[in-house]
Amino acid sequence: MPMVEVAGKSFEVDEEGYLTNLADWNQDIAGYLAQEEKVEMTDSHWEVVNFLREYYDEYQIAPAVRVLTKAISKKLGADKGNNKYLYELFPYGPAKQACKIAGLPKPTGCI
Amino acid sequence: MAGPEFEVPKLTEYTDVPKIKEGAMAHVKSFPAAKASQEFLGYPWELTEDWQERAINKMGDLLGKYRSLRVFMDACVHCGACTDKCHYFLGTADPKNMPVARQELMRKVYRRYFTLPGKIVPWLVGAEDLTKETLADWYSYYHQCSECRRCSVYCPYGIDTAEITMAGREILNTVGMGQKYSSEILTKVQKIGNNLGLPGPALEDTLLGLEEDIELDTGVPVKIPLDVKGAEILLITPSADFFSEPHVESLIGYAKVFHAAGASWTLSTHASEAGNFGLFNGNYEVMKKVAMRIRDAALELGVKRIIVGECGHAWRVAYSFWNTLTGIGYGGNDPFSIELQSQLDSRYPQPMHICEYTWDLIEKGTLKFDKSLNDDRIITFHDSCNVARGSRMGNEPGGQFTIPRNIIRAVANNFHDMAPETIGEATFCCGGGGGVLTDDLIEVRVKGALPRMNAFNNVVQNNGVNFLGLICAICKAQFTKVIPYYGFDRSMVGGVHQLVSTAIKLD
Repeated sequence: MPMVEVAGKSFEVDEEGYLTNLADWNQDIAGYLAQEEKVEMTDSHWEVVNFLREYYDEYQIAPAVRVLTKAISKKLGADKGNNKYLYELFPYGPAKQACKIAGLPKPTGCI
Repeated sequence: MAGPEFEVPKLTEYTDVPKIKEGAMAHVKSFPAAKASQEFLGYPWELTEDWQERAINKMGDLLGKYRSLRVFMDACVHCGACTDKCHYFLGTADPKNMPVARQELMRKVYRRYFTLPGKIVPWLVGAEDLTKETLADWYSYYHQCSECRRCSVYCPYGIDTAEITMAGREILNTVGMGQKYSSEILTKVQKIGNNLGLPGPALEDTLLGLEEDIELDTGVPVKIPLDVKGAEILLITPSADFFSEPHVESLIGYAKVFHAAGASWTLSTHASEAGNFGLFNGNYEVMKKVAMRIRDAALELGVKRIIVGECGHAWRVAYSFWNTLTGIGYGGNDPFSIELQSQLDSRYPQPMHICEYTWDLIEKGTLKFDKSLNDDRIITFHDSCNVARGSRMGNEPGGQFTIPRNIIRAVANNFHDMAPETIGEATFCCGGGGGVLTDDLIEVRVKGALPRMNAFNNVVQNNGVNFLGLICAICKAQFTKVIPYYGFDRSMVGGVHQLVSTAIKLD
């Protein structure tokens, strides 16, 4: 598996650039992965990424899109609690792109 | 994830047969499966030393097991009827994506090792040794086939390229050349219960959240029950219905239909997946193991009916294979199948498609709708390949085409079909079926969607269509991803039960 070096630390990623070990994740590697995805991280992006990690900690899976939009809606207001807002933040699709930046495994299946 | 750059085909009024471009898609390589998932599935994870012997032995095994495969290897007369019928050929212009060429990748090897002239005078009969280059071609082009079977409709001999692709993938797996996407999914579904890897507690939390949403939205406490023993109906639906947009809108639709009908129903944590990628990989044993989870759940919960949600290939597996795989329906004769058959209610088809269920209730007048709530939508319907060409619905021939359309017409005022040569039995695949729905194959997916996108664009331009109605989780995910490449908005994509959900009246 390929390795990337960020801020003096090595990280193993898979062929698609997803972090192999969840525990390796830190803000530096998140910033690097975001850059690779051409996503400029703002506070709104971090809100999503942090929520994904919290949810994953509890459930060992990324949240369903509805669960995510609802959480965002509670935190940032109803106007942001929708799929469109998430796509604005993560244009390749919130499920995959946001998970990647959050260091979570890629969701699989018919999604 | 930005992925490789490629040119998106231009939309045209008709899908013209392209001028061929040799090797146009030869660079496409789906990511190889890793050790962990291949080991779990019982396959090697790198090319074995005895790859040639293993491959030929496996081919012999499959030719012996499936008479159809041998017939397909022998019967082709190179008439050319299939050449312009594959969406991947039409979208990529690569001649190896012509169905006959895809078949020929295996046929030339078959001739060399399994026919007398091929053994003696291979150069006279187009027989070739199996080489690493041929295997690489297989890996590339057997992952550029969505096993949609459109070509087989036009083949005068009925040669089914899908079955050849399935055999090709099984042989590739046997020599250590598995595909990451399918391999991971088949591991997750067997370890966790669904393709997503959604564990029970997460599923429960997600469903509770959806119940809250529905009640907030409608004021009616519609439930989405999980693991309820003694429920009458077990709903088996693709796990994407729990996870993704627009899939979840259809799940909400099913729940509202069950609520309005006063039905006792449940989902199962153990069998929280309708999809069965064992079909795509051509491995009957794996397909059986995945399907068995559903029988186990049905016996455990004591249900009397099994209904399948909006998932194309799942419905083919359910309708055409469950009877002999698991004894759901009739066919299995082991003790558990016999127990299940006496448990299931014989007044209903087993399994039943959610569209059959809903349409039946509409015909009986049980469900009431306010069709005007769908008036902002002008709808067309895309027939999913595995439903269209691999199964049926209802009691009449062609029910798989009429029933979903009947439902749409019952819940909405504006419906326009796409061109007849692109729907029904002749439907074009979405471009993401058969294990192709992965980011590493995005170029194949975008280009393969071209014929469908052309037909869709025509009804968008001529009839103002703004909603592409679907009954398959793969189609939903595929179109959500690829229609923006063609300039359409992803919110145009949705499920038939999403339309039901919008218009249904709840008490």
